[in-house]
Amino acid sequence: MADQLAIGSRRGLKPALPLLLPAYLWLTVAIFLPLSAMFFFSFMTDLPLAGKEWSFTLGNYAAFFSQSLYSRLLLSSLRLGLEVTLWCVVIGYPAAYVLAKVLKGRSREAIFLLVILPFWSNGLVRIFSWAMVLREGGILDTALNAVLPFKINIDLMYSYPAVIIGLVHSYVPYMVLTCYLTLQAIDDSLIEAGRSLGASRRQVLWRVIIPLSMPGLVAGAALIFVPVVGSFMEPRILGGRTGTFYGTVIEDQFVAVFNWPLGAALSFILLAVVLIILALAAPVLRRTG
Amino acid sequence: MAGVQVANVSRSFGAHKALDDVSIDFADGGFYALLGPSGSGKTTLLRQIAGFDFPDSGRIAIGGESVERVPVEKRRIGMVFQNYALFPNMSVADNVAFGLSVRGEPKATIATEVQRALDLVQLGKLGGRRPHQLSGGQRQRVALARAIVTKPRVLLLDEPLGALDKALRVDMQIELKRIQREIGITTIFVTHDQEEALTMSDRIGILRDGRLVQEGPPEEIYDRPQSEFAATFLGDANILRGDATGSGIKLPDGTTIAASTGASVPAGAKASCAVRPERIRISTGATTSDPANANTLKGRVSKRIFAGNNSTYFVERDGQTLKVIVQNTGTERLAEGQPVVLTWSPDSTVLIAA
Ligand SMILES: Nc1ncnc2c1ncn2[C@@H]1O[C@H](COP(=O)(O)OP(=O)(O)OP(=O)(O)O)[C@@H](O)[C@H]1O
Ligand SMILES: [Mg+2]
Repeated sequence: MADQLAIGSRRGLKPALPLLLPAYLWLTVAIFLPLSAMFFFSFMTDLPLAGKEWSFTLGNYAAFFSQSLYSRLLLSSLRLGLEVTLWCVVIGYPAAYVLAKVLKGRSREAIFLLVILPFWSNGLVRIFSWAMVLREGGILDTALNAVLPFKINIDLMYSYPAVIIGLVHSYVPYMVLTCYLTLQAIDDSLIEAGRSLGASRRQVLWRVIIPLSMPGLVAGAALIFVPVVGSFMEPRILGGRTGTFYGTVIEDQFVAVFNWPLGAALSFILLAVVLIILALAAPVLRRTG
Repeated sequence: MAGVQVANVSRSFGAHKALDDVSIDFADGGFYALLGPSGSGKTTLLRQIAGFDFPDSGRIAIGGESVERVPVEKRRIGMVFQNYALFPNMSVADNVAFGLSVRGEPKATIATEVQRALDLVQLGKLGGRRPHQLSGGQRQRVALARAIVTKPRVLLLDEPLGALDKALRVDMQIELKRIQREIGITTIFVTHDQEEALTMSDRIGILRDGRLVQEGPPEEIYDRPQSEFAATFLGDANILRGDATGSGIKLPDGTTIAASTGASVPAGAKASCAVRPERIRISTGATTSDPANANTLKGRVSKRIFAGNNSTYFVERDGQTLKVIVQNTGTERLAEGQPVVLTWSPDSTVLIAA
């Protein structure tokens, strides 16, 4: 794999340029331009709308460091990202394993559809369905009380667990898909070879399958961790008053307070922190993978 | 080390019988080849012995211990796969160490055992490489070292040389045989290369459609095939069909063929005779009355293929083409179209019940 990439780059980028051009144009228009505009905003005192006065300032960035609220929120968002990613691994990896190595034919297609389904449904619909399930007197509460002999009160609505549940449900398909792809590429004869050498199923899992599926785990984790740290919809709707996170504060700056410069500055701090975390994690992950 | 007993093993996939009442006794320390056409059940049989798959009925014992319900990892077998199945995330040494390390052997023991195994397959210096940095033959050796380092009771190989080119394959055949002798392990070897089976093994089992057709030492199967299939699958054979006479057969045109080996078939029943191409003498001269070469057929050379040290003649007679292989002595060269006489001994003729 690495060898092939090396050969590709040795031939030079030039012949590929016409093919890459549309992608680069798209990246420029859709990502680079808006991002530069935001970066520019983040150094302004106010939006240059309706003839308002503005000047350059570092104050928006200074606000992050002068008020401990922001860094506290950022930490809890990072923790949220970590927890959601972990749950996605715990739920998504076994599901991907069963899909790739246990199920065959029709049943595999059916389960795959179930996994993909959240992707196709609207995010808001998904979150409000969870709201109906989790609230007191909701579906979960009623169902549990119908089965259990004693009375319990389940009201997960507007709580940290509710936010986790909503986010995990939204993002677990990424983990299933990336892990499924790497697991499927593992030849069954490797598993049989391990077992013929005296390894139990569990030993084969830990020593052969998981190391070989590391690229999928890492890709899935990155795809989940980054957006979850900046998420605001699930925390707001399912978390209520407890659902104040870094992402919701940024959203407030844009849609409620109309302090775009501060919102932009907070976003870029988040981007920097996430990039630093990924950079620090890369060598560790590469070694295990 | 131990022998393997397979008794009345059957295994079906849906309506398809992949193994049908197969019984073979694999002797302790022997080198056994399982031979058969594609889809005959060779891999399926090997997987029953390994424990990757379980028979519907029948018994399997390794070293006298019944193992039908013992999972793979408890059977203490070594297996070499056709695609090598080396762990790509580990170095060569770690691949070989795997079996010892899952057993929890101490590090020092593992290191010396791994080195010994790598030395045995002549890869002592390549322990630090990754599998993708090795050639096909080297990967095969690593797979072998990995399979034997745990000192298994049986070594199972599923077409281990199938992916190698001819020259390398011959090298590896010799190598494999040397290693097998050196450690004296019971070895079961699946192949569909009949030459490989003949040159390497102490005994051969021929499978067809899930049934064991014949089983025995290579010479015995070659000299006394019990079926037309065994005769033609292992080596080349001319098959003559007719009615049994008690001491041979009578061909449709009235010629009698004497056979002194093979089955005893009651006179009048349908039967056939098998003759190896290299046992037939070909000449232009008149028939001799030499009792050692009592079987005689007249024909006409339809084709000659020169192959250096020998020539193959295709001789047309009574609508059938017979094959004759003649050592190249430099004297006799028969032209295509020439009438010839074929003679051979009843001792070289195997009678087979239809
Ligand atoms: N898991 C399975 N499910 C269904 N059918 C199977 C399975 N494994 C084997 N078979 C069938 O059993 C028969 C024997 O297969 P097997 O792999 O043992 O043949 P083989 O002698 O090893 O052939 P080859 O020389 O091509 O490897 C084949 O017809 C095959 O299609
Ligand atoms: Mg096979």
